[in-house]
Amino acid sequence: MSAGKTDYKWVGTRTIRPDGHDKVTGRAKFGSDFTLSGMIHGRVLRSPHAHALIKSIDTSAAEALAGVKAVITSKDFKDQPSEMIPAGEAMVNYKDMTRNVMAREKVLYDGHALAAVAATTVEIAEAALELIKVDYQVLPHVIDVDEAMADNAPILHDDLVPVGMDAKGPTNIAKRVEFTLGEVAKGFEQADVIIERSYTTAAVHQGYIEPHAVVASVSEDGQAQIWCCTQGQFMVRTFVGQLLGMATSAIRVTPSEIGGGFGGKTVVYLEPLATLLSSKVGKPVKMIMSREEVFRASGPTSASTMTYKIGATKAGKITAVDATLRLLAGAFPGSPVQPAAMCAVAPYDIENVHIVGYDVVANRPKVAAYRAPGAPISAFGAESALDELAKELGIDPLKMRQLNAAKAGTKAAYGPTFRNIGYQETLDAAEAHDHYKAPLGPNQGRGVASGFWFNIGGESSATVNINEDGTAVVISGNPDIGGSRASLAMMAAEELGIDYNDVRPIIGDTASIGYNFLTGGSRVTFATGLAVIEAARDAVRQLCERAAKIWEVDAEGVIWDDGHAKPASSNVGEFDPLSLAQLAAQAAKTGGPICGHNAQNVQGAGPGFATHICDVEVDPETGHVAVLRYTSIQDVGRAIHPSYVEGQIQGGAAQGIGWALNEEYIYNAKGKLDNPGFLDYRIPVASDLPMIEAVMIEVPNDRHPYGVRGVGEVPLVPPMAAVANAIENATGVRMENLPMSPPRVLAALDAARLRQAAE
Amino acid sequence: MAKHHVAVSINGEPVEYLCSTRQTLLDVLRDELNLTGSKEGCASGDCGACSVMVDGRLVCSCLVMGAECDGKTIDTIEGMADGEKLHPLQQKFLEEAALQCGICTPGVLVAAKALLERNNNPTETQVRYWLAGNLCRCTGYDKIVRAVMMTAADMRGGA
Ligand code: FES
Ligand code: FES
Repeated sequence: MSAGKTDYKWVGTRTIRPDGHDKVTGRAKFGSDFTLSGMIHGRVLRSPHAHALIKSIDTSAAEALAGVKAVITSKDFKDQPSEMIPAGEAMVNYKDMTRNVMAREKVLYDGHALAAVAATTVEIAEAALELIKVDYQVLPHVIDVDEAMADNAPILHDDLVPVGMDAKGPTNIAKRVEFTLGEVAKGFEQADVIIERSYTTAAVHQGYIEPHAVVASVSEDGQAQIWCCTQGQFMVRTFVGQLLGMATSAIRVTPSEIGGGFGGKTVVYLEPLATLLSSKVGKPVKMIMSREEVFRASGPTSASTMTYKIGATKAGKITAVDATLRLLAGAFPGSPVQPAAMCAVAPYDIENVHIVGYDVVANRPKVAAYRAPGAPISAFGAESALDELAKELGIDPLKMRQLNAAKAGTKAAYGPTFRNIGYQETLDAAEAHDHYKAPLGPNQGRGVASGFWFNIGGESSATVNINEDGTAVVISGNPDIGGSRASLAMMAAEELGIDYNDVRPIIGDTASIGYNFLTGGSRVTFATGLAVIEAARDAVRQLCERAAKIWEVDAEGVIWDDGHAKPASSNVGEFDPLSLAQLAAQAAKTGGPICGHNAQNVQGAGPGFATHICDVEVDPETGHVAVLRYTSIQDVGRAIHPSYVEGQIQGGAAQGIGWALNEEYIYNAKGKLDNPGFLDYRIPVASDLPMIEAVMIEVPNDRHPYGVRGVGEVPLVPPMAAVANAIENATGVRMENLPMSPPRVLAALDAARLRQAAE
Repeated sequence: MAKHHVAVSINGEPVEYLCSTRQTLLDVLRDELNLTGSKEGCASGDCGACSVMVDGRLVCSCLVMGAECDGKTIDTIEGMADGEKLHPLQQKFLEEAALQCGICTPGVLVAAKALLERNNNPTETQVRYWLAGNLCRCTGYDKIVRAVMMTAADMRGGA
């Protein structure tokens, strides 16, 4: 496959998205907008304790309440074997999953579900929750990652056997990973300057504005229908089937419109509960999380601590990196420590790298994926340390990165050798950008940072049906979070040679399209896009065959050009071109419906690189940091719909600025989450941000017909370090702990002023 | 407990509903009247996804009780387009890709329309502060702010 043709009609244009009108008029149906007749309502009882044994649960009073139709606890779920199953960007263990959706022996975090009620109204369901009597034996808890790793830490799982290391006795360390390239000891010997630093990052939530919601309806013959907001209807089908012991064919999942996910809707919480309740009651059951439940019980990303040691020569060549990363998984193993370790210094060509990572459990909600899981965390450390190193050497930070940039042929520490990548191009564009040269005022500073994310392919299926009137329907199976339907329709229109507005893209439920891995890993436009392209080509092949039949020539004698079948050459004969509409109109006579299809496990995702430039102003009196200007430069391969690519870049930067400056999970001494709401967990609002300039660099991915790379995740990788580096540049103070909130920055400024006064 | 009988005007139409004492206007719109265009992101006045106009005032409908609306005029996202014709803000949001997932969009549009009705020439800062009560996690606000300012310019030019 090659990215040959470049004179596109639709690819690269800014079309109106097919789902747009419904979304600006309020017509679009999101998770909680769905209702069925006869529907009743489910609510979840959640633990008020961070860590406790469940000695008993008495649901009798709740069951006796008028209007209550069913109450479930972990007793209603069969236990699951302990085995790690790959599930996209993470591994899952059904033994843990069933305990996460419904606590079994213990509650392991504030907000952990331990019973659910279905009742005729939400009010009755909530009243019933208060009638459930739980006898807890409260246990000591642990919230912090370093404390959880300490010898005397309260242990969450007595039977936890760590992977990749030996443990003497019970531990909260679930896994140790290690990546080695070259010999770091030798590398440090070659270094003229070595710096060693420690960093911490706080747990942050994906912060999608739409809470989790589901309606499940199980009929008397055991057939289940589930409507929910999810990043993967097939994932929901698999997980619900496994947890409830149902056949895959008995479950049909229809994804609603989804109000944001960012990785947080790649798991199940309510779906198995609603399905089980519905099967007990024989009525559809609707469940919606409150915002507080979203914060307390759905996946944030890991909190972390890390140390970096980096050495370089006077000329700025990095000779060695040695890093240790400790990432919290929450209550069950499975932090993104592996990708964190793999991505940490992936943008650089470094001969000697040693990275060790730990996956650690503690009494917090189980983490879920969040955009480039793990990479923003390790990049905060790496890109901060790199900046310090550049400063120490007196080398411009962009120059420092250019000197060490990975290129085609560079062997990454995590294994592969890069093909054509566009990291260098992002650095060159940053250097050339007028932002990088713009003057700065007092208390202002500029920071740069880079980031890397693999991007993934995976299983995708797509169907392109040619309609009788010459229009087309594209059926695929990935929930569309940010405009992917537009991209898929554009690629289909390009292939078929018809108007974009004549292509209707539909997202199928699990029964109407082949398997699709979930929306994640920045894969949809790339991988499902590839399936759509191949399905459209399959339809084109059939269209050419139909023309051959009409003309009574060999199919090889027909080519497809600009929406028409044409004779390949004059040798074939003189025929007027047949348009797609003409061929569609005659389909019944020439062989029946024309339906293109493709299903494959897509390989060849092109990695994504980004470089961000950030200007801040730091208020010396309050420690408040204002982001004044922000430029995100990213290799996007090929932007199918540039506006939505820019949107991914801008949105990722904004989330990163929030992670950098404000967002954090705050636990009190009892291990209860203190800020489970948007008032106290403050995500950036419009007045917190400047415009975010997205600069798209197009280094086509040579393994996609249009050169597409994933674009959705890497935008979240550089911002935290870019902001920290800017703050350092503005104040001379290095912030090593996130978030860099006003009290923390002020304390650091005060400490620096004290040091200065003492000198 | 007896329900409250409430008569209001919604998007220009007379509407009557029964609601319990604890139902908010948002609950009424969504659960009683099936007007699900107004979204619930927090139920605590922090996200703006539920923004509607009550008697010409921009409010979070999750903070207004359904029972206190008797006699009031309510405008929601469902009434923003004029029949087939989108409001200029709606059209501009589509053209400028000012939405990604779209869950914040109804609230943002209602709030932006309220802004343009009182200030047809807002600065970027004014737009940002006016919309500071409408959380969007997807877009970084860039395209939203631009779309609002472009619409204002169009409406001034066309008026
Ligand atoms: S739902 Fe009303 S402000 Fe969030
Ligand atoms: S577009 Fe998703 S929250 Fe605004």
